[in-house]
Amino acid sequence: MSASPTRTEVLPAAAARGPLVLEGHALSKDFRLSRGPRGSVLSAVRDVSFGLYRSAVVALVGESGSGKSTVARMLAGQERPTGGQILLDGAEVRPWARRTFRSYKGEVQMIFQDPFASLNPVHTVRYSLRRPVRLHQRAKGKDAIAAELERLLERVRLTPAEQFLAKYPHELSGGQRQRVAIARALAARPRVLLADEPVSMLDVSIRLEVLDLIDELRSQFELAVLYVTHDIASARYFADDTLVMYAGEIVERGPSEDLTQQPAHPYTQLLVASSPDPDSLDRSVARPASAGAVRRAGSALSTTVGCRFSPRCPFADDRCRTQSPPLLPINSQRAAACWRLDVAAPELLSETGEERSVPMKT
Amino acid sequence: MTPATAAVNGSPPQQPPAGREPVLEIRDLSIVYRAGDAEVKAVDHVDLVLAPGETVGLAGESGSGKSTLALGACRLLRPPAVITGGSVIYRGSRVAKEGVEILDQGSRELRKLRWREISIVFQSAMNALNPVLRVRDQLGDVLDAHLHLKRDEKRERLETLLDLVGIPRERLRSYPHELSGGMRQRVMIAMALAVDPEVVIMDEPTTALDVVVQREILAQIVELQKRLHFAVLFITHDLSLLLEIADRIAVMYAGKLVEVGSAEQIHNRPAHPYTRGLLGSFPSVHGARRELAGIPGTPPDLRSLPPGCPFVPRCRYAAEPCRSIDMQVRPVSGSDAGHLSACPFVVPEPPTGTRQPQAPTGAKTAPGRSES
Repeated sequence: MSASPTRTEVLPAAAARGPLVLEGHALSKDFRLSRGPRGSVLSAVRDVSFGLYRSAVVALVGESGSGKSTVARMLAGQERPTGGQILLDGAEVRPWARRTFRSYKGEVQMIFQDPFASLNPVHTVRYSLRRPVRLHQRAKGKDAIAAELERLLERVRLTPAEQFLAKYPHELSGGQRQRVAIARALAARPRVLLADEPVSMLDVSIRLEVLDLIDELRSQFELAVLYVTHDIASARYFADDTLVMYAGEIVERGPSEDLTQQPAHPYTQLLVASSPDPDSLDRSVARPASAGAVRRAGSALSTTVGCRFSPRCPFADDRCRTQSPPLLPINSQRAAACWRLDVAAPELLSETGEERSVPMKT
Repeated sequence: MTPATAAVNGSPPQQPPAGREPVLEIRDLSIVYRAGDAEVKAVDHVDLVLAPGETVGLAGESGSGKSTLALGACRLLRPPAVITGGSVIYRGSRVAKEGVEILDQGSRELRKLRWREISIVFQSAMNALNPVLRVRDQLGDVLDAHLHLKRDEKRERLETLLDLVGIPRERLRSYPHELSGGMRQRVMIAMALAVDPEVVIMDEPTTALDVVVQREILAQIVELQKRLHFAVLFITHDLSLLLEIADRIAVMYAGKLVEVGSAEQIHNRPAHPYTRGLLGSFPSVHGARRELAGIPGTPPDLRSLPPGCPFVPRCRYAAEPCRSIDMQVRPVSGSDAGHLSACPFVVPEPPTGTRQPQAPTGAKTAPGRSES
């Protein structure tokens, strides 16, 4: 176990698909606040570790402000972690450093939530795609580049390619724009694709197509995919593993189907219970999503002690309010950061017996 | 089944359940956006009725005309949007028995109707609330405009309103930026309910919120409705949400109504191919994994709609006659009363059809996942 820097000794389902490509180890990000008490620090991300595996999708689920996008931005090299390391093929990299930035970008690409903002409105699709092709591929000469552009658009099913290359972003629908953004990411021939809420701004009827496309490209190019989303239902269908973040920390991780169907952490339980249930027609929306859940957002201030979910948690006791629970294995594939799993998810613990040991955390 | 609600232009009567007289009746409403010589039909001959205390869900994607329809019904549209025809009759208990034709009202009459009779909760509370006014003053403005309250009464009313939506009273002194997104939306709801309207239009009220907060707000709306008996027109792109909270659901596509039915009818016997497509597009975290299909193609361009059914380019059942049909909702044969669809060719599949949960071994349970 000591060979891997991952502290939680779970074997992600994603690992079954391929070898580890990109890894975040104990990543943290603090933001210094200009307002509030002097020197107060917001720890937007605290001690987050996980790996992305070839041909596999890992979902990072959480509400706005949970730190999920910050994690993706750190892995993309757009934000410098205040703690922890990023490892590519097992070697530490510093993607934010000027010298490594471009070569890193050749391996790790990102697509964003808003396809209206991520494409330059004054340039054609051809322009947006040609630059990464020139920078990252050794494609030389007009013909080679033109052929590559066409191939890229065909891969994201924007055909006839010639017609789309000449268009400006405003002439495209949201779904088409997101496809262009995906094509641009592929232009660098990356091995890792970080997708930050890639479909949340698209119409319902085309979301599935874009997710399908990403999934198809994943399998075709053996991409390691990070899927950042607030929608745990789409993580269930789309990702091998799901990590649930709350107030900057991973509170639960496991194979998507297991985690969504039998959530362990009280926050995951609340998230699942709050998701729309189209089969419930009896206006049971009035059901409380979680008994006694208090309407108070979790605080990510570094001064917060104890479990960050404890103010909202129906199971919280004194220990929860004073000691921060580590992410501990529940079984070989799942882990949760909760002191009260015996009350919150007794059926999960009884399945595995009492093998959940509590190592001391210093 | 009263003839009073019989529709104009020979379209079939669309009635609220139990034959109650509707509190809001939109008939044959058409709205266009004029740009130079070109006209874009944003709402095309739409009928929609709302019974007292009823929740009607209006589902559709961006550009389907759902918000334009609601704003048009309140006369809140500005040029280049123009209402080109139809009628919107409001029959609240505080107005004349025969109702008020909203489209004929002058601006002074409209000012009296708005908020008092029909109020709106907008999607983006941050933009809808005035950032430089305290909650107390914004809510107070609504009260001042419609009721003549003494100072004590007004303060009492403000406090009751905050209690109603579950915000601590001391928040009356807060500015919008000091509130969380969920709280701002609650303030919007309190404001919409401030002077006891009979119709509340909710335009994507929870879309910008996290699921947990969304559910809390929805629960709150349902509970308030039980207590205060206002009717809700709930506009959203999220059909899964409507199935849970709406009594009846209307689905719009490209400015046209394509299907109307009870939540149960839409869920169990969706008739229009577009509705079926929508129902098969969203993953749910609940229940067994099911086959997801999505809808191929791109949303319609309203500037160049094909004749006949606008869904033809994306419809897997499309045939030649679809290109010339008259987009009028008609009763669905084989379904019960009140279930209308604009597609005469597709008969609803039996309840054991499209929406049956699939075993995880199904062909395409995960989108496009092929074992590599």
